[in-house]
Amino acid sequence: MQAPDREVWSNLVFDKLVDANVSLFGYVPDFGNTDIIKMADEHNETRTVLLTSEEEGVAVCAGADLVGQRGVVCMQSSGVGNCPNYLSVVKGGRFPMLMIVTMRGDYGEENHWQYPMGQAVTPILEAMGILVIQVDREDELEHATEAAISAAYTGGQGVALVLSQKFLGAKAF
Amino acid sequence: MSTINRRDLLPNLLANPDDFLIVSGLAGASKDTAGLTDDGANLFTMAGAMGSTTSMGLGVALAAPTKPVLAVAGDGELMMGIGALATVASMMPDNLTIICIDNGMHAETGGQLGHTSRRTNLAVMAEGAGIPSVLEIDAPGQFAEAATFITDAPGPRFLWARVTTEPPTAYKRDFDLAARRQIFRTAFLENNPVD
Repeated sequence: MQAPDREVWSNLVFDKLVDANVSLFGYVPDFGNTDIIKMADEHNETRTVLLTSEEEGVAVCAGADLVGQRGVVCMQSSGVGNCPNYLSVVKGGRFPMLMIVTMRGDYGEENHWQYPMGQAVTPILEAMGILVIQVDREDELEHATEAAISAAYTGGQGVALVLSQKFLGAKAF
Repeated sequence: MSTINRRDLLPNLLANPDDFLIVSGLAGASKDTAGLTDDGANLFTMAGAMGSTTSMGLGVALAAPTKPVLAVAGDGELMMGIGALATVASMMPDNLTIICIDNGMHAETGGQLGHTSRRTNLAVMAEGAGIPSVLEIDAPGQFAEAATFITDAPGPRFLWARVTTEPPTAYKRDFDLAARRQIFRTAFLENNPVD
């Protein structure tokens, strides 16, 4: 099966975020979020925040929420492991939070190092009260993105839109 | 050795605390800010998520770019999220001031000595991260200079306030972070309606 065109699906996700008035895009670079961040850099109404570590993005988005603005944090799955303690703010404070997680260490992974954290992503997020919405197929993406946006910014939940390697395609070694 | 009693620090730096949006980190830093503002609606204090204060202050500063923002953290808190200094420097929010109240120890857990009591120089770390304005103070005679620094130096700013080991302000603040989020947000949005 051929992986979907990253620029096409990134554009779909980015447009929905802009429509939902998301203005801050915190990120640690990953192959999977490259296009979304490029689009956020180039758009007039969005701003990117290069983070040294993913948990900073959780706090940046919470800070933006305190003054009525919306943020998203984009990260590779390994970055989820850096976030749990800062996610206390989300669960305890009922801050809306949207994380976009591009997976490594799941379907078709060839790198031994990626498996432990990849397989821990969902248990860690669920342990911290974050709703996991996973995308495995291209035809699921649009509704999953809408559901994640609604759950976060209307429903006031912590949500992770998890894009699996079944959807993204696995990196070849 | 510092001669600043931390309880004198913020009252002398901030003539009118209501002029600022304030985020403060766990333990002593939040006792000092809550005491200063009487747990004001312009203050969000933390009692967990150690390390996150600088980043949360950055989020507020980026999302409310016309408002002066303070991120107030102890030295242990600041060190745990030290990478965020680089994140702040990359974004260059000119409305953000980070104040580190450095007593050189983890007072909340029994006074164990921290890195700044050993070899770590936070002014050098902040400068190295790329923060354009950095000031170190360790004596009450520098309060006026520090107050001007917060309002006038090119932002973002990092104020390294070295204090004695005397205890923070005695103040029982509200720990209900969901309630405090609502109070902060509601007050901000009432004063700054979205057009």
